[in-house]
Amino acid sequence: MPARNDPPYAAPDAAGRFGSYGGRFVAETLAHALEALTSLYETLRDDAGFRQALAEDLSSYVGRPTPLYLAQRLTAQVGGAKLYLKREDLNHTGAHKINNTVGQALLAKRMGKPRVIAETGAGQHGVATATVAARLGLECRVFMGATDIERQRLNVYRMELLGAEVVAVESGSRTLKDAMNEAMRDWVTNVDTTHYIIGSVAGPHPYPMMVRDFQAVIGQESRAQCLEAEGRLPDLLVACVGGGSNAMGLFHPFLDDAGVDMVGVEAAGLGLATNRHAAPLNAGSPGVLHGQHTYLMQTDDGQIMETHSVSAGLDYPGVGPEHSHLKDLGRVRYAAATDAEALAAFRTLNRAEGIMPALESSHAVAWAMQEAARRPASDIIIVNLSGRGDKDIDVVAGLGGDSAP
Amino acid sequence: MSRIAARLAQRRGEGRRALATFITAGDPTLDATVPALQALVRGGADIVELGVPFSDPEAEGPSIQRSSERALANGVALADVLQVATAFRRVDADTPVVLMGYLNPLLRMGYEAFAKRAAAAGVDGVILVNLPPEEADAAQTTLAARGLDLIFLVAPTTRRERAEHIAARASGFIYYVSLKGVTGARHLDVADVERGVAALRAVSDLPVLVGFGIRDAESARAVAARADGVVVGSALADAMGERATCPERIPAALESWLRPVREAIDER
Repeated sequence: MPARNDPPYAAPDAAGRFGSYGGRFVAETLAHALEALTSLYETLRDDAGFRQALAEDLSSYVGRPTPLYLAQRLTAQVGGAKLYLKREDLNHTGAHKINNTVGQALLAKRMGKPRVIAETGAGQHGVATATVAARLGLECRVFMGATDIERQRLNVYRMELLGAEVVAVESGSRTLKDAMNEAMRDWVTNVDTTHYIIGSVAGPHPYPMMVRDFQAVIGQESRAQCLEAEGRLPDLLVACVGGGSNAMGLFHPFLDDAGVDMVGVEAAGLGLATNRHAAPLNAGSPGVLHGQHTYLMQTDDGQIMETHSVSAGLDYPGVGPEHSHLKDLGRVRYAAATDAEALAAFRTLNRAEGIMPALESSHAVAWAMQEAARRPASDIIIVNLSGRGDKDIDVVAGLGGDSAP
Repeated sequence: MSRIAARLAQRRGEGRRALATFITAGDPTLDATVPALQALVRGGADIVELGVPFSDPEAEGPSIQRSSERALANGVALADVLQVATAFRRVDADTPVVLMGYLNPLLRMGYEAFAKRAAAAGVDGVILVNLPPEEADAAQTTLAARGLDLIFLVAPTTRRERAEHIAARASGFIYYVSLKGVTGARHLDVADVERGVAALRAVSDLPVLVGFGIRDAESARAVAARADGVVVGSALADAMGERATCPERIPAALESWLRPVREAIDER
């Protein structure tokens, strides 16, 4: 077996701190619900019955394990390191988001809460939440920025078909951060009956830890699949980072493998120099938003900035606190890909492999292609293909993606 | 004795309840804020809470969200709020001023720089909606060194052991959140408030002011009968929003809205 770090990486602490990041910066009304959720989760995560129920759902309902696919034509086209794609797009509902919602739905059931709420950006988390709610007979309300509703209509319709109520959020920048504000307002009002299924490794403790644990199945499978296929661990992991759940899920099981490099790819939007991006780890500074201390896009006065990305799922001014910690530790490097680079990668992967990635995942593909070209053919790169791109067809067509050569 | 403690002790001594008001600094303009505060004092306010606008006010209902948006549209920053406080203190030496808002603007300025400037501006206390006691050590120590109270909130969901912990470190007063919900919510239940305040009194001698969901003289009277005072905010934000294009009419409107509230809590 490959060498592992000793002592192993261990975070967060009991207060939900990843180094100086994380914590629980919420209105007092939510304090008890978060304590109760933490305590229940800490009991259940080691409970054999719970683990088995989760494993069965992941296998029989979500469709796991997902393949680790060697993209041979893409590798040949790029001309460098071997590119593997972790096919989270093949999960039920088309993205990694359901790994988490299946787990949190089991928690909601255990807590006896008949209602779940969620925020969503691209709509993938909203669909994943509406799906598990339908399956378990839970009432479901999803908050979505009005701007995102415009650009992700397909997912809005899917959520409604699943029986969820989709609430358009008109405040602020009308995107993911505002949807999260509105979800917090709903939760504070209905906290006795409602579980808030946060969709990323973000928010107050225990969400960053809990969502990471639910998503870590991505990295656990990838690790075993790479050892099986190649007889060794990969040299590099690449994943896109908005809130950062698909990246955290892939990275976490490898954190003690010193030989495995990791790169999170943020949304550079129109370019990091333009201020029209969503790259807090590249161009932001630490602050407090949505219950967590983490890197944020903020003004000199501490107001949260409006962000821009072609992909709704990355259009968020914060990032999960564990990513902030891993950045400061230097364990993970955070790069960025522009809208244009992501769109080009979207087209390339369609033509080279017959796979349509989500625009979010396209950011990771774009950066990984550039990096693979700089590396020898003996290197192995795993790219997390976090979701499929059907939802993005209208956006891509609107930007001229249909006229690609 | 701090202005907050002095004012609340005075009201207690008189057997009267305290009236606190919340408006957002810079709503609808920075120039409108000091005249608005003076009008509230004339209308009967004992403590003025001055909102620090924030881009993501996650505990606020629509009325105060909009007041924050109006202020931010004018580019109002924490430094401007401190200037407004300074200007108010020049014309009113006695009324306690409490800044209320979210943590990030203070964090960005730095606790030490903020505490120094707030104390110099004549600010008496700070309420930070998203700074629970577990996360508050550094802020409270720094503020206390400058004579500023960090005022904590207790909610209907706060369990007894936690309320004891909050009470043990609280100063100034305790802000009791009247309901599960956002500011300006319309499902206030006076019996719930009575139970909550009674539970809080069992663990603290500090004055208890109740806010969220108090919209008129009648609800103020009912809640004040069961606490040391009440806080009104969303209704004031609505009154200001309706006059955003004619801010010269705001002071008279606020004063005439508040006066019957004052009378109601004094009559009981």
